[in-house]
Amino acid sequence: MIESLPSTKQQPKGPEANQEITAKVKSFELKKNDKYYAWLFLGPSILLLTVFVFFPMLRTLYLSLFLTDTFGNPTVFVGLKNYAILLKSTSYIASLKATGTYVISVSIFTIIFGLLLAALANQKLRGIGFFRNIFTATMGVSVSVSAVFWLFMFNPSIGILNKVVTAFGFHPIAWLTTPGWAMTAVIATTVWMHLGFTFLLFFGALQAVPKSLYDAASVSGASSRYQFWHITLPMISPTMFFVAVITLISGFKSFGLIDLMTGGGPTNATNLLVYRVYKDAFMNGNYAQASTEAIFLTIIIAIITFVQFKLLAKRVNY
Amino acid sequence: MENTIMKQATKKRLLGNTFKYLLLGILAFIVIFPFALGIWTSFLPSMDIAKGTLWGGGQLTLHNYVTAFTQTKILRYLLNSLVIATLVTLAHLFFCSLGAYAFVFLDFKYRDFFFYVVLGTMMLPFEAEVIPNFATVKMLGLLNHYSVMVIPFLTSAFGIFMLRQTFKQIPRDLKEAADVDGLSHWQFYWKVVMPYSKISLCTLAAYSFLGAWNQYLWPMLTTFSDHLRPVQDGLRQLQSEETFNDWGMVQASAAIVVVPTLIVLYIGQHYFKSGLNEGSVK
Repeated sequence: MIESLPSTKQQPKGPEANQEITAKVKSFELKKNDKYYAWLFLGPSILLLTVFVFFPMLRTLYLSLFLTDTFGNPTVFVGLKNYAILLKSTSYIASLKATGTYVISVSIFTIIFGLLLAALANQKLRGIGFFRNIFTATMGVSVSVSAVFWLFMFNPSIGILNKVVTAFGFHPIAWLTTPGWAMTAVIATTVWMHLGFTFLLFFGALQAVPKSLYDAASVSGASSRYQFWHITLPMISPTMFFVAVITLISGFKSFGLIDLMTGGGPTNATNLLVYRVYKDAFMNGNYAQASTEAIFLTIIIAIITFVQFKLLAKRVNY
Repeated sequence: MENTIMKQATKKRLLGNTFKYLLLGILAFIVIFPFALGIWTSFLPSMDIAKGTLWGGGQLTLHNYVTAFTQTKILRYLLNSLVIATLVTLAHLFFCSLGAYAFVFLDFKYRDFFFYVVLGTMMLPFEAEVIPNFATVKMLGLLNHYSVMVIPFLTSAFGIFMLRQTFKQIPRDLKEAADVDGLSHWQFYWKVVMPYSKISLCTLAAYSFLGAWNQYLWPMLTTFSDHLRPVQDGLRQLQSEETFNDWGMVQASAAIVVVPTLIVLYIGQHYFKSGLNEGSVK
């Protein structure tokens, strides 16, 4: 009954209606083509990701279930034995601990220093721009350049750090050849490398905190310390989390610096998980074990990345 | 009365500011010191460095730079990295934007599946996949060739993801209007989507460039010839061969490497920041 009624409202008028219809027809025609365009547009990326990311992952998983010859070809199927061996190996456990120490220290110190720099640079002071530029500078320093700069400072005989140490009457320190110090040295260099980037992130976050919040707090007589703990920190906590995640991930992937500064030594003190994979595969020729280690590393990184995605998803809808 | 309070307040602020400047100065010194020391030693005569005389020794000299430019392949390394990073950046801009376009403007079966596939690859670290990848490029006969440092990195899951976020913000009306005008996907991609996303594309370019510039493990594994070596691995080579006898030259080489990156950084700073905002908080 209702349908039979002439509905003047719903009926679009003359030329507009035509246009809408043609548009719909056209877009329908185009939609039919979408499949081909999808192949064309997405194909190259999917192909590359398959060849250089997915296939290698599966292949690594496959290799981890075998024994391998010196060319990396699988020989005998051993199931999960490689995993069992690895988890019982004291040297691998030591590597796990070293990696844990490294990534957690790097993450914590990067956050503390990055935030400190950003909080200071966020003040209204004359010439603050100069300091801001200095604080971002390490962003442009690549791994090998950082390593060269710091290796020179850590040099036991002519390095500046030992000059300071001896000036205070202590014995010179073999920075990179004593296990504990080597770890400290690598951590310090990594934190320094991360500072510029982290500073920029925190600085951006601090600038984004609404001024009105501080004004309101000041009016009600809150001290600046109170303001920091109760306004600033909660407001920038997403950035803090983001920094923690990316420093953790990049810590787990930290290869260049280890290779340049310590080579995993002394006595495996800085033989991080990622460096082990490389060493066991390409120097010791034990591809099966290296693959198993690579799987462990992947699992760890995948978990952290996944957590990051989940938390990002709460903020960004994709 | 009021006057003294104000005086006290200014005094307090002055004291506070002095303290802040002091702290800023100390921190700036710590941040810049390793860097400044490296640059400084690059101007010192080798003799002084070997003896550990960092100041008050002989005169400053450009000798280390002359040695670096003439005795080493540092310029060649720089050129290699420049070529590789430029190619990777252009490829990312092209392939990532096309991929992102497909996810936003095209209707096809398994679109969500493919998107999760791409997202999934972001979780897999390249560093843990070098063993099969090495075998692959060896099989393809790419070892010790320029292309081996470019081909595996022609696309980036991160790039696709980031551009997809940007493309999603393009008003749907534009697409409908383009359909009415009979624009093909190519035309819409090239004439509307790309110009609209300029800032994000610049951000991606900055990231891709720095990422490729900082490649270390992969070139080290897959290339052996000095004339192919990118700059990070070139520096590694110089550092391991020469530090015992010529620290000055190594420092000069490091300085030569760091200057272009700093220039890129200060030009690209704005884009890094906007990229960060897209990637993290929002």
